[in-house]
Amino acid sequence: MKPRLPLLISILLFGYAFLYIPIVSLIVYSFNESRLVTVWGGFSTKWYGELLQNEQLLGAAWLSIRIAALTASLAVVLGTLAALALVRFRRFRGRGSLEVMVTAPLVMPEVIIGLSLLLLFVALETLTGWPAGRGMDTIVIAHTTFAMAYVAVVVQSRLAHMDLSLEEAALDLGARPLKVFFTITLPIIAPSLVAGWLLAFTLSLDDLVVASFVSGPGATTLPMVVYSSVRLGVSPEINALATIIVGLVSVAVLIAGGLLWRQERRNRLSAD
Amino acid sequence: MSRARQFTPEEPWQAPEGEPIVRIENVTKRFGTFYAVDDISLSIHPGEFFSLLGSSGCGKTTLLRMLAGFETPTSGRIFIDGQDVTEVPPYERPVNMMFQSYALFPHMNVADNIAFGLKQDGMPRAKRNARVAEMLSLVQIEALAKRKPHQLSGGQRQRVALARALAKHPKILLLDEPLGALDKKLREQTQFELVNIQERLGITFVVVTHDQEEAMTMSSRIALMHEGRIEQVDPPRRLYEFPSTRYAAGFIGSVNLFDGYVIEQDDDQVLVQCDEADLQLQVRHSQPLVPGMAVTVALRPEKVRVLEQHDTDAPNQLRGIIKEIAYLGDVSIYHVELASGKRVQFTQSNIQALAEQPLTWDEEVLLGWSANSCGVLTE
Amino acid sequence: MSFKPALPSARHLIIAVPWFWLALFFLLPFLFVLKISLSEPTLAQPPYLDLIREIEDGFVTIVVNFSNYQLLLADSLYLSALLGSLKVAGISTLLCLLIGYPMAYAIARSPSHWRLPLLMLIILPFWTSFLIRIYAWIGILKTNGLLNNLLMGMGLVDSPLAIMHTPIAVYIGVVYNYLPFVVLPLYATLIRLDLTLLEAAADLGCRPWKQFLLITLPLSMPGVLAGAMLVFIPVMGEFVIPDLLGGPDTLMLGKLMWTEFFSNKDWPLASSLAALLLVALILPFVLLRHFERRAEEAAT
Repeated sequence: MKPRLPLLISILLFGYAFLYIPIVSLIVYSFNESRLVTVWGGFSTKWYGELLQNEQLLGAAWLSIRIAALTASLAVVLGTLAALALVRFRRFRGRGSLEVMVTAPLVMPEVIIGLSLLLLFVALETLTGWPAGRGMDTIVIAHTTFAMAYVAVVVQSRLAHMDLSLEEAALDLGARPLKVFFTITLPIIAPSLVAGWLLAFTLSLDDLVVASFVSGPGATTLPMVVYSSVRLGVSPEINALATIIVGLVSVAVLIAGGLLWRQERRNRLSAD
Repeated sequence: MSRARQFTPEEPWQAPEGEPIVRIENVTKRFGTFYAVDDISLSIHPGEFFSLLGSSGCGKTTLLRMLAGFETPTSGRIFIDGQDVTEVPPYERPVNMMFQSYALFPHMNVADNIAFGLKQDGMPRAKRNARVAEMLSLVQIEALAKRKPHQLSGGQRQRVALARALAKHPKILLLDEPLGALDKKLREQTQFELVNIQERLGITFVVVTHDQEEAMTMSSRIALMHEGRIEQVDPPRRLYEFPSTRYAAGFIGSVNLFDGYVIEQDDDQVLVQCDEADLQLQVRHSQPLVPGMAVTVALRPEKVRVLEQHDTDAPNQLRGIIKEIAYLGDVSIYHVELASGKRVQFTQSNIQALAEQPLTWDEEVLLGWSANSCGVLTE
Repeated sequence: MSFKPALPSARHLIIAVPWFWLALFFLLPFLFVLKISLSEPTLAQPPYLDLIREIEDGFVTIVVNFSNYQLLLADSLYLSALLGSLKVAGISTLLCLLIGYPMAYAIARSPSHWRLPLLMLIILPFWTSFLIRIYAWIGILKTNGLLNNLLMGMGLVDSPLAIMHTPIAVYIGVVYNYLPFVVLPLYATLIRLDLTLLEAAADLGCRPWKQFLLITLPLSMPGVLAGAMLVFIPVMGEFVIPDLLGGPDTLMLGKLMWTEFFSNKDWPLASSLAALLLVALILPFVLLRHFERRAEEAAT
């Protein structure tokens, strides 16, 4: 059965136009001389210059990056443990609850996660004195909690497709379980760990709502700064920022794609 | 081979006035530069149990899929019951197919699967239900009507697939490796059942299979395919006894092949000089051959006799040493090495082997066979 | 199961660490939401009165206050916010499916070496910032924005269309941001669909559009429903999109909760709204788990 080609192609063209027109328009207008975002006033890179002089924005970006890196690393450890538990141990007490707690953060509205964690932190502070005030630590904890669920999903699917006889072969050849994990399992699931780390990093870098709830006076993240400037009106600096982010993401994707392609080609060559 | 099928005296493909139900005319199917089917012409007659036999990649499945309408020939025409269906989509063809994977709809129960094609035709409910019940009893799965496919065993799924494909009373039923997914025991049992159902309904069956035994057991005729072409079309017995090409001889059963050239021909006997075995072979052959022509003599291992002593009057005798013996239960296969180094296989039933003095390794034997027991291949 | 750590503690550790983290930071906080929703607001830091109060030395009393929930029922604002959330979530889920299904179908039916790049292109925009993607739509949709300039330049409209700060802008924003959440599960079920089933249907006399209705659509239902829940649940509590693209008449629970919390500093009322939202989401969540499990079973 041959699908009707022109119809399918036009569906895809329409869909991808919908996805990419907004992003392309951001990039184009980031080079606009005029302050009026939608009136073309000639080519200029001045908004990039202004962006680099915006101390508040740069500070927030640096904080966000540090939070995202910490979050991603913690989330990869916790998410991998959760995935291991769910894939490798068929039956254990608390399996059902772990399954639910790993799925729920994927869909739970951010306002609920943010508010509930804030209330927990406030109560913990009055009861135990920790966390003293809110800021970077509490944001990292909050972000890790929902990011680890995403990591768990990514790692779970990789673990589920892994050939168990590889581990059995290593055990059979005399490696102890812990050694097997670090020399066999970990290298095999490594690509999913990298993907999970990047995903967690992006989720954390992108989060406005949860961070707004659990952050304290000293900790203003990049999305908070962007949000307040967007609320005040459209600003060309944001276009410049968006373009930089899109550029970084594209480069990262190209590198990842190139690595994947090379690995695939190597596999194919060694298979021949 | 298990069973030679008995046919009504009138073999439809022999009758000159008989109108074929399938006519394939010079059909070619090319994928890129690969010729999956290469200029095939073939007629299949009403009521036949016709097999397309060949190893994987020979084009048999592509040919079947062109009959069903899933592929369109690159060139050539296909006629079904006199109508040119070359460009007709599958949903308008009077044929149905039983898929190798069965392709049962997983979200429908057995009865709904069987009723599916009838619903497409808009058959009224009462008549449809009656037909479904009839089909369920035909394949003896009445009790499974409400089950979903995933609740069935492999053999039961096969029956549902058969019932679904037969429900519309197609002019032709196409079967793609119908027994391929069953285990050996069930496969043998089901072979006979398929034949019985075919005889009862009188529907023309076209079967694709790679299993020669299956094809021999069930078919009225077999088309042996190789690299997109047809090697030979014949009833099972003829295909086995009188293969027309080296490939056909080698594909069905085992065979000893002797390359040589024609010395002389008189009446219906040919004398072939075979240098590799260092002897002259007498072969029965009625088609005219030119002396000096290169030919191959084919000899089935079970036609070879072990002789007590040399008989100067009898043809086709040779001496060799037994090098290998394979015990298969009912028969044993012996590999004999001739003085020239060529090996010849022969089989002996084990009743015989035990009764007489058993043959053993490194024993010298004298082998012989009649001129009627072997054939000349020119292709 | 081959990976059986020799030390029993390794197995326990692997299970216990993520379990306790999630229990402490995901499950336990809901109890605090419930608790605070039953307390009274006050002008203090934190701005609520504890349920358990010490009156005189050693005597403790528990004061439970249902007034927040009474307010939710009494004031039609909250009910219409719930209905508004349901409506926006429902309609945008439908729109996502209507746009996402053909896209997932087209990707699944494209040549195999195209599929990965096409999927990457679906996901790529979502590695850029969520806020910035909404911001891009402001530039397009606002009164003197790109879309209106284009339409007026082509002479299709005389005066700019008012799309910004209307429900239409909210739907566009939601569909844009949640599209991959339907495309990915739909693609996963469609790519697993055994194409010989369609051939079997055709062979039995079924025309192409009926093959789609009778075979493809029913068999992709687990993907449809999983995708629908992946959109519906988070959109119910969505704050940023209605806040930036919607108008004052766009009433949604997430936005209202934000206002009660940040502007009115009424933590107990915000908590009771969160509890209400949570209750409204239990059924969709159970459905999601059910269909995800069914999709997994179908895969094996």
